[in-house]
Parts: sequence; C-alpha cells; structure tokens
Amino acid sequence: MRARPASLDWLPHLVLWAGIAIIAFPIYITFVASSLTPQDILAGMPLLPGAHLFQNYRDALVSGVAATSGVSVARMLWNSLVMALIIALGKIAISLLSAYAVVFFRFPLRMAVFWMIFVTLMLPVEVRIVPTYKVVADLGMIDSFAGLTVPLIASATATLLFRQFFLTIPDELVEAAKIDGAGPLRFLLDTVIPLSRTNLAALFVILFIYGWNQFLWPLIVTDSAPMTTIVIGLTRMIGTGDGRTDWDIVMATAILAMLPPALVVVLMQRWFVKGLIESEK
Amino acid sequence: MQRRVIFRGTLLPCLLVAPQLAVTLVFFFWPAGQAFWQSLHREDPFGLSSRFVGLDNFAAVLADPDYADAILRTLVFSVAVTALVLAPSLLLAVMADRVVKAAAAYKTVLLLPYAVAPAVAGVLWLFLFYPNVGLLGLALTALGVEWNYFLNGAQAMALVVIASAWKQISYNFLFFLAGLQSIPKALLEAAAIDGANARRRFWTIVFPLLSPTAFFLIVVDIVYAFFDTFAVIRSVTRGGPGKATEILVYKVYYDGWEAQDLNASAAQSVILMAIVVALTALQFRYVERRVHY
Repeated sequence: MRARPASLDWLPHLVLWAGIAIIAFPIYITFVASSLTPQDILAGMPLLPGAHLFQNYRDALVSGVAATSGVSVARMLWNSLVMALIIALGKIAISLLSAYAVVFFRFPLRMAVFWMIFVTLMLPVEVRIVPTYKVVADLGMIDSFAGLTVPLIASATATLLFRQFFLTIPDELVEAAKIDGAGPLRFLLDTVIPLSRTNLAALFVILFIYGWNQFLWPLIVTDSAPMTTIVIGLTRMIGTGDGRTDWDIVMATAILAMLPPALVVVLMQRWFVKGLIESEK
Repeated sequence: MQRRVIFRGTLLPCLLVAPQLAVTLVFFFWPAGQAFWQSLHREDPFGLSSRFVGLDNFAAVLADPDYADAILRTLVFSVAVTALVLAPSLLLAVMADRVVKAAAAYKTVLLLPYAVAPAVAGVLWLFLFYPNVGLLGLALTALGVEWNYFLNGAQAMALVVIASAWKQISYNFLFFLAGLQSIPKALLEAAAIDGANARRRFWTIVFPLLSPTAFFLIVVDIVYAFFDTFAVIRSVTRGGPGKATEILVYKVYYDGWEAQDLNASAAQSVILMAIVVALTALQFRYVERRVHY
C-alpha cells in the first residue's frame, strides 16, 4: 500500500508502542516489585529494579511464606508442571485415539459417541462443581494428581481438531497402507501421527497453558498444602485486607507462575497462533 | 462428512474411543445429570432424604432478588469486559497489520497476557491498585480519589473488569489480525486507485469484511466473561465488597460450595448450563458464517 502519505508511517508504531506499554505495564511492575524489599514497596516503590532479586526468588523457591503453610514455591511449580503435562498429553492422547476411531471406522453408535464428546463443550466444570466433586471423592481421588487431572482430560476441542485434520488425509494413503498389509494401528503410528506433527505441537501449547492456568478445579479438589499448585498458592499468599502480605515474595511467585506458560507461548509462537485459530474453526 | 476408504473392525474402534467416553460419562454426564436431578428435588436439612418438588427450586432462585441482582451484575460486567477488549484489540490489530518492521516483536509482547492465568492476572492488577500500596492506587489517592476497592463496590467492579479485559486482549488481537490479513490486498488497492483515503477504505471495506470475526469474538468474550473470570473475581475481590462483584458463576460456586445450599445451587447450575448451550450454539453459528468469507 503506497497510496498513504509517508508522513503517517509513524502512527502505527506509536499506537503499538502505547499498546505494548499498557499491556506490559503490570508485568513490568510485578518484576520490579519482585526485586525490592518489603519496606521499599510499602514506602512508594521505585520504577526501576532493586538489588534483592536473587534473594527474593531464592526465599520464595526454597521456603515459601507462612500463608502457604511453609510449602515452597519450588514444590508448587512442580505440582503445576505435573498437572499441566498430564492434562495436555492426556487430552491429546485420548482425543487422537477417539478421533481416529470416529473417522477411520464404522462402528455402532459412531455418531452418538461423537456428539457425546462434542456436548462436553457445554458442560464446563463451573456449572457442576458440587456433583463433580462428589464423584471424585467417591472414587477416592481427592488430593491426588489423578483427581486434579483425569476429570479435565476429555477434550471436545482437540477431538474436533483431529477429526477435521483426519478427514483431509487422502484415501490413496489409506489404500497404499492396506495394500502394504498395514493394519489400522500401524497406519496410525507410521502415517497419521507423523502427519499430525504440527497439529500436535499447536494443541500442546494451548492445552499446556490451559492445564497450567487451572484455578477452580484445583481450588476445590486439593486440600493439603503439599498438593497446592502455583496459581492457587499465589492467591493464598495475599492477605484479605488487614493481614500482612509479603509483597516481595508474592511478586516473585507471580513472575514464577507466569514464566513457564509465557516461555511456551514465546518459543512455540508459530504453532500456538496456528493452533488457536484453527481449533476455533 | 465421511471418509470413503476405512478400516474394518468393531472391537478396535470401541477400545480407541473407550478412554474418552469413560471420562466423559463419569466426570461430565453423570455430574451434570446429578445437578439436573437435584434441581428437581429438595433435601431435608440433614441430607437424609429428598423429595421431588418439580420446578420449585427454579421458582425460588428466580424469585430471589439476590439472583436478579447477580444477573444484572453479570450483564454489566460482561458488556464492560467485551467492550474494553474489542476496541483496543481491533485498534492494535489494524496498526499491527500496517507495520512491516518489528511486526513480530510487537506481536510477541501482545500475546503475553494469553499465557497468564486469570488468577495471576487478577493478582497483577490487584497489586497495582492495592489501596495505599499499589502505584495506581497511590496515584488515584494523590489525585484526590478516595480509592479503596475493599470498601467501594463500583471501584471493585472496575478493577475486575480491567483485569479480565487485559487477559483477553491477546486472543482478540490474534483473531482480528488473522481476519485483516485474509482480506485480499487487491480490493484495498483498487479502492485506493479510485481515490478512497485510508479512513474510507477502513469503514467501507475492512470493517464490513471483519464483522463476522467481530461477532464471533463478541460471543467468545461473553462466554469468557460469564465463566472464565471466576478466577479473577476469586483472587481479587471474592465477590465483595458485599456482593458488588458476585456474578452468576461466582454465586453458583459460593452457594453450592461455601454456603452448601445444594438445591439453590443445583437450580443455578442448570440455568447456567442453558446459558452455555445457547452461547455455544451462537458461537458455532457465527463460525459457520465466518467460513463463507
């Protein structure tokens, strides 16, 4: 587009810089606060980082704060990592298998199964908190990684995405595999999964973030301090108005809670953007 | 749509769908069914017996002035969040679509809020606006505003709206940008040759072609505001002060989980499910439309 007068070329950059300044501001201030002492923060905090960066992060990672019953942030990060990985990989695995069955076979109630999976989109955990908790309690899964992850592991979005993609695999490939004597499982492992690589990467990014950022479910299904995830732990560190809050440690914990999903988004940006836009089609 | 060439067999595909189906039945359909059943029954105070009461629980919930307030509050909250997300993300996407230099760097920063958990986003903004501690809280006090969202309901509402909108900007930005980039450049060049200036080109070509994306995003943002903002509200205000930020999804959590009022909570769950069904149907309708462009 050369029709625009050149004098306006700076405008988009100016607007984008302003946007970035506003978007990044809370993250920047959190980072600055995580490098200060509590006294600095309470006395009107400066806008540039201080000297307590490493000390604050070490304190948070190793010992945590009293409000979280002394559970270290390192332990919470580990819990979140395990939870996010099980949710992301579990959702991918069971959705891949069920989409493969629905697309490549004809079996009784095939479409009924597909619609049942689809309908789970309309049953978010927010609208069925108490009965879901009861099921998990009856199965003895409260306060365990199984209880944290398995109830969230069905995925309509991932199943729909895989189905969409499997429908585009050429018939010739399936026929060639059959002529070569490959059964359905061999075809899945040797052809379908390698062809799905970009879809797998894209889904992994989205589902890892989904898993890491869970809040309501971990809040009700974990009772004991050692099972606390980082997102829950962070919110527990903040006093409700009158209580004292260790802002330096809280802010260091907030940065640590953001770091893994942010890294995944930045490092896998290409797949992430593709996956986000395609999974909505 | 079906494949022409398929594999034979019944047992294998059944085994392949079994894990997903088991999780779906045990953790989705069974609890949803329980909520439905419970919404039609009433338990005695000790939870020992329950009897069928028809739609009494729904009547009780809908007649409760607290619930009407929560509905109104949810609508105000959702409209505010949606408006505060859409306008800036459209502006940023239009600008990002125009730049060539450093476009990737801008995009990377604008995507960051997507990675941040809603509860963490709540904590970031809570810290900025914390009375007498946070930078913006202090700034407002210095300007003569009596800033204390622990006491002032309107201020608490503004804070959760800002935190919720901030978190959702990345998603809207990405979809607007993808929508803009799919508009054929030849169309815009033809309009430019015909003498249409940048503003005219935006309102007569870009904006109409972008409207399906915008409608889709409005539905997505409303769903987000209705359900995914629970974590923001819980981490920032806990529905308070009073009930100033208690939206429907927070109320169903509070009544069912903290207050243990199972009948009221089950009826509310069913009402919320109906809302999700309606919104999901709307969302897929607009996705269908979007594909035609």
